[in-house]
Amino acid sequence: MKKLLLLVLFTLVTVVTYAGGYRVSAQGQRALAMGHTGVAVVNSAELVFFNPAGLVHLENKLNISAGVSGIFNSVIYQNAELGLSSETDSSLGTPLNLYGSYKVNDWLALGLGVYTPFGSEVAWPTDWAGSYLVNNIELAAIYIQPVVSIKLSDYFSIGGGPIFVTGSVNFNRNFNPSLTDFEGNRSNITVDDSGVSNWGWSLSAMFTPTENFKLGFNYRSEIVLEAEGGEATFANFPDTPLLPVSNGTTTFDAELPLPAELTIGLSYEYNEKWLFAFDYNRQFWDVYSSLDLTFGNGASSLNRRNYKNSSVYRFGLQYEATSKISLRAGYYLDESPVQAGFFAPETPRNDSQGFTGGLSFAVTPKLAIDASFLYLRFEEIDASYDFGVDPITNEVVPFGGTYKSSAFAPGLGLTYKM
Amino acid sequence: MKKNIKYLAILALGLVACESEFDNPIDEAGVYVSGDADFSKYVALGNSLTAGFADNALYTSGQENSYPNILSKQFAFAGGGEFTQPLMADDIGGFSNDPSVFGPRLVLSNGADGPVPVPYSGGQPSTDFTNKLTGFFNNMGVPGAKSYHLVAQGYGNVAGVAQGTANPYFVRFAQSDNTSVLADAMAQDPTFFTLWIGNNDILSYATSGGVGEDHNETGEQNPQNYGSLDITNNTTFASVYSQLVTTLTSGGAKGVLINLPQITSSPFFTTVPNNALVLDETQAASLTGFFQAFVGIATQVLASPPNNIPLAQAQAIAAQYAIQFNAGPNRFLIKETSPTNPFGFRQMTEKELLLLTIDRGALAQGYGSVVLSDEVLQVLGLLQMGGTPTPEQGALVINAVSAIEDKDALDSAEVAAISAARTSYNAAIEGLANANGLGFLDVATILDQAANGGFAFNGGTVTSDFVTGGGFSLDGVHPTPRAHAIVVNGLVKVIESKYKANIPTVGPADFGTITFGD
Repeated sequence: MKKLLLLVLFTLVTVVTYAGGYRVSAQGQRALAMGHTGVAVVNSAELVFFNPAGLVHLENKLNISAGVSGIFNSVIYQNAELGLSSETDSSLGTPLNLYGSYKVNDWLALGLGVYTPFGSEVAWPTDWAGSYLVNNIELAAIYIQPVVSIKLSDYFSIGGGPIFVTGSVNFNRNFNPSLTDFEGNRSNITVDDSGVSNWGWSLSAMFTPTENFKLGFNYRSEIVLEAEGGEATFANFPDTPLLPVSNGTTTFDAELPLPAELTIGLSYEYNEKWLFAFDYNRQFWDVYSSLDLTFGNGASSLNRRNYKNSSVYRFGLQYEATSKISLRAGYYLDESPVQAGFFAPETPRNDSQGFTGGLSFAVTPKLAIDASFLYLRFEEIDASYDFGVDPITNEVVPFGGTYKSSAFAPGLGLTYKM
Repeated sequence: MKKNIKYLAILALGLVACESEFDNPIDEAGVYVSGDADFSKYVALGNSLTAGFADNALYTSGQENSYPNILSKQFAFAGGGEFTQPLMADDIGGFSNDPSVFGPRLVLSNGADGPVPVPYSGGQPSTDFTNKLTGFFNNMGVPGAKSYHLVAQGYGNVAGVAQGTANPYFVRFAQSDNTSVLADAMAQDPTFFTLWIGNNDILSYATSGGVGEDHNETGEQNPQNYGSLDITNNTTFASVYSQLVTTLTSGGAKGVLINLPQITSSPFFTTVPNNALVLDETQAASLTGFFQAFVGIATQVLASPPNNIPLAQAQAIAAQYAIQFNAGPNRFLIKETSPTNPFGFRQMTEKELLLLTIDRGALAQGYGSVVLSDEVLQVLGLLQMGGTPTPEQGALVINAVSAIEDKDALDSAEVAAISAARTSYNAAIEGLANANGLGFLDVATILDQAANGGFAFNGGTVTSDFVTGGGFSLDGVHPTPRAHAIVVNGLVKVIESKYKANIPTVGPADFGTITFGD
């Protein structure tokens, strides 16, 4: 056991890989270890995220779950026709989650969750071949959600609550594929904003026809982050009135949608030792049709995204090995919302398969340590973004090649119940 | 604990699998190959185009974007060796010891009437051409070099610069006073070469408005007797070019010969249209009236002493000056020396060209048509009233005509001379490529496309439009980095098909065009 923990810690500090993605499914160590299933699993306070309706079914009065994953993500790129190759720089994404629930009485439980379901961190080498689409991007959204869970009958409970989101973004890219100042430095734009907030909600239900069989439903609304008056920095533009933009700091407005997600699923407990779970996620990405930035200096940047709704199929298994140790494993198939011709290197995401595992170790009857790992496997893909426009010539400059991503995410958490 | 060990194994497997790799990584051996060619020692011979001259100057970033330098980076994928260039001392261009002739590069500035190319004013040229660079250079492009200069001994001798027998650009890196460009190239034992020479054999004539001599007309074949603005004789060109190819291939080197684009379709000759004399109805009527008066006065002058031409004949001669002007664009007048044209001017014809360097302010003031002073208007008024002007008054009218000088235009004979020479040179280049089994790049066709609607590439189009077209730098003659990239892709294609090589191309959109400045 110690060895495993050591190994997990060791990989946290030594693996040189990278981070990427936009929807990051790592909202609970126990669920993640089971393929990130959980809409019909009554296990811990992670239900605040997965299905608030289930909180009222937890045995204990007070439940707390906290966890963090370290996402190491690498993306490599090459274009054989042009002899180009690049890879994203090492960086670490750390989705966090903290959940608590309190059972007020037999039919009512309250909860609170803080989690980070969306985020992205991709850093290509500055001025790389695709630099007019992205040099680097850092995107984070923190969800804070109070929930209520009500048992309507022995078989049926509902839950939900409002969501407060606060987000931040830092995005740098070059103005076009070639423009430089007199010294040859590439003209680029950085946008930066934080504390961009908005509200959303979630609603869920759980149906428990038998002791061993549960059905769950959870819907989390779309939330659009509207950055208004963020800071945009134009750098290394040639000093000339002939261009529509010049060096300096101005404002920018932009909207980034955090799409709605619908989950339905089931769990089945067998022989008190085994638990099987299946979740189906439908992510309503079609709201992300375009990333449009309007700058205070009159310039604008329209970037078509044209995402489509996508599905994730998740399978999880739990085995109570001993009274102290639970082992978990899972698998999921994550369909990409990115359509052909819209594969932008700022979110280089194609279909992936997630392989997960993990365990819980009860240090005391009240306190357990949860560990998880996720390996996300992507096929290599020949893809392109065919809608990048050079703002000077107004001509479309396609950018394509072969991409291959992979991600590995070890995670650690604590579960406390009283 | 056994189960834990199993998980450790899975975990370790995950870590190993996390190191991404492509099925066919491009850095693997055998992806890019040189085929029958050997790129280990690539030498580029040529003129300003090869050197990376742009915006009327040679400067470091232009050199870095020269087609040979870009090509050498593509060669590096398939066994190409180091590629060196005689880099200038700065990114400004020009020579510190002769800044009036070799000034800083042009940048696009915002003038009173819109964007205008002006010499960069943010610094002074710091390159002293008497400072010799050490060692050999793979890029042997010498701005200003004509075909026969590449074989001329002493072309890099500093003592010859003032007399015009040497070239300051070659002085910087010539291995000895008496060497030639070709000799220095051969001393490097090239395994591969490109040769793009001959443009200046017609270009200097063209950009000077055809004031030099056309040696296809004079028949002079000895370049020793050529002025710098002359057209090289076709036979001379073919013989020099043959000598170049024979020598370059003597050590077994493979290479590509590049032909000559139609220089008169470059913005230097197409930016100022020959019909930019835009008139309204009244102005057109007034100018037409002026030339009716001119015909009358001219007839009188011809019929009077000392000419004493019979009146009917004088009228017939003078009739050529009855030029009609219409509302809208009209062609300018240019000077012409001809025994049948005693007053020495005529209206331009469709294919005749004005140079980029013409004083456009003067055009607006009557250069290319008539400068109507008050005195001239008085004489015209007098004529309208039915009066008879004095010979002095008549002379005022005659002299009011301000036809465009030879140095500012290419007339049809000059255009024809340039075209005939180019056609002959290109036939020689293609013939020698075929005869020697060398690659041949028809860059003329690429430029024709740019000049006729645009040359499209993945991510854009270049045209021959001045400033905005993306193909030509601010001097209107020399290519932009983007155009160099297009030449590289043309060369790659030729090399791949001729030598069974596989080399990556470049994305022209990634290369810049003109430099903005203030």
